[in-house]
Amino acid sequence: MIASLVLSPGLVLIAGGLMLPLLARIGLRSVALLAFPALALVLALALPDGVLVTSRFLGLDLVPLKMDATSRVFATVFALMSFAGSLYALNQKSTIELASAHVYAGSAIGVATAGDLVTVFIYWEAMALASTLVILSAGTKAHASGIRYAGIHMLGGVLLMAGIAGEIAATGSTAFTALDLSTVPRMLILSGFLVNVAAPPLSAWLPDAYPTSSWSGMVVLSAFTTKTAVYVLLRGFPGTELLIPIGLFMIFYGIIYAILENDMRRILAYSIVNQVGFMVTGIGIGTELALNGAAAHAFTHIIYKALLLMSAGSVLLMTGRSKCTDLGGLYRTMPLTAVCGIVGALAMSSFPWTSGFVSKSMISDAAGREHLAVVWFLLAAASASAFLYVGIKFPWFVFFQKDSGLRPEEPPLNMRVAMILLAAICIGLGVYPDPLYAMLPYPVAYVPYTVSHVVNQLQLLLFSGLAFFLMLPLLERTLTITLDVDWLWRRPGPWVAGVLDRYSGLTWEKLVDQVIAISTQLYKLLYRHHGPDGLFGRSWPTGTMAFWTTVMLGTVMILSYL
Amino acid sequence: MIEPKRVDPATAPKPWLERPATIRMLWVVSGVILAGLVLADLAIEHHSHFGVDGTMGFGAWYGFAACVVLVLAAKALGLLLKKPDSYYDR
Repeated sequence: MIASLVLSPGLVLIAGGLMLPLLARIGLRSVALLAFPALALVLALALPDGVLVTSRFLGLDLVPLKMDATSRVFATVFALMSFAGSLYALNQKSTIELASAHVYAGSAIGVATAGDLVTVFIYWEAMALASTLVILSAGTKAHASGIRYAGIHMLGGVLLMAGIAGEIAATGSTAFTALDLSTVPRMLILSGFLVNVAAPPLSAWLPDAYPTSSWSGMVVLSAFTTKTAVYVLLRGFPGTELLIPIGLFMIFYGIIYAILENDMRRILAYSIVNQVGFMVTGIGIGTELALNGAAAHAFTHIIYKALLLMSAGSVLLMTGRSKCTDLGGLYRTMPLTAVCGIVGALAMSSFPWTSGFVSKSMISDAAGREHLAVVWFLLAAASASAFLYVGIKFPWFVFFQKDSGLRPEEPPLNMRVAMILLAAICIGLGVYPDPLYAMLPYPVAYVPYTVSHVVNQLQLLLFSGLAFFLMLPLLERTLTITLDVDWLWRRPGPWVAGVLDRYSGLTWEKLVDQVIAISTQLYKLLYRHHGPDGLFGRSWPTGTMAFWTTVMLGTVMILSYL
Repeated sequence: MIEPKRVDPATAPKPWLERPATIRMLWVVSGVILAGLVLADLAIEHHSHFGVDGTMGFGAWYGFAACVVLVLAAKALGLLLKKPDSYYDR
């Protein structure tokens, strides 16, 4: 029996990432890039349910590997994504980026298969480090944003660490189960999770950092950090009502900023926040249908968002441009990239017969069944406008719009195959969702394809498309960015730090100057009196000595006669 | 990054998709599809959660209105927050 042999899919991928630079030297780069994610995928699907590994560390009971349906959905899609992302990135020259991407994906799987809070935290921090390396390996233009990214995630890590320490101190248990918001440590844990899910007020870290990564880097970045955060929210805070307004805010924040944005990859970055907002709202609603919807939507979202970013990454690699104002008309010479981008865009818009339709509608329907009228109407409005701001906007401005005069070629074969693979999954799950539904945490009795639902969704989407073309003059792209909360730490932040630095520096320097001046004075004083020429230090001539001895003897004599 | 081949857009031949006649035809076909979708509601029984969402053409007008409102809201916010894209480079 090999039942005793249990390999952690996350650790396999992390080990693969760490060995990649060595394997690349002996010509096994491509093999290693594909083999480790494939092995992780097999393990994620094959490992049985239950606690698989336990250990003790510093007197704490740890469960480094635990499987159940929720873990399996996330571990599977993370491994699948790692495989597709590696295939797409085979021609990426930076081995550091690819090795970091493996460690990043492995740590994400590690979080999804962790059975206790300490293990969650360790993988969580490994993710932050590895993802920062993925960003930084894009070169000097990504350095500033990479450091800002690391800063925000360190803050999130500190909140999480404090929360977990407090939770263990209060309850004595490291178990990662559903938590309520009754204690301060749990609120800290929730805030640590919310930083990574790109919730307000710090959502800006995502559109600030991801679009500065390389053409292949953003594909992997889009998949793991926010979706691991969705996983831990789903596991730790299901039905927490606070998550509903947070999710709705993220949805509309993403839409409005994406409407104003010019850079195609920044549009897609804002749409990550928007789509993750749907999942967070679903977790806040907290019924079995809503939680299934959040998990299913995380699965489909990872695939179609990666597909969109592969399409955008191909355009970036083959043209060196990512601004809508510079692009347009590329469908002529990049038809495959255009078609794959359109499939991803349709799936993101929950178009019927794509994967987004079978997952997102579960969340809306859960809101309807709970009679959450405001939530339901807002979700419907958001679904409609998703078609406007990405579903049509991305393909239109990149591949159609005007003729930019650019005639780029299609990207290399491995990139085309990766895009076709993900496009096939988007359509496959849309037409036949049963394999996805079978993986979800709770039994599914949901039927997405009713005539009523399809017609209603098509009305929402196609009239949104009509609105796009009627309002096209309002939507023309300009060479602008839209200020976000990151302004605070990019403009006044450094200024305040500079002022503090200058004045605190000044005070310190003054203090040091004073100390030096006083000690110099003291030294000079001592030197004057006790130095070689000082009154008390110099050697006196014998004559002077004799003279003073005479004077003193004379004085003593006179005094004794008085 | 690869610098792609370039042509002058003014003199490049217009493919079928960009000819005015094609574009006119696309508008007509789209109009027919949109009208068909709204009329389909006559034949379909919608199971509504809140009443209004089951009425005829609800998805159509609601989707359209949501987009108009959001685009205008974005424009309004843009007046306050839009900056040249070299803003942080200075």
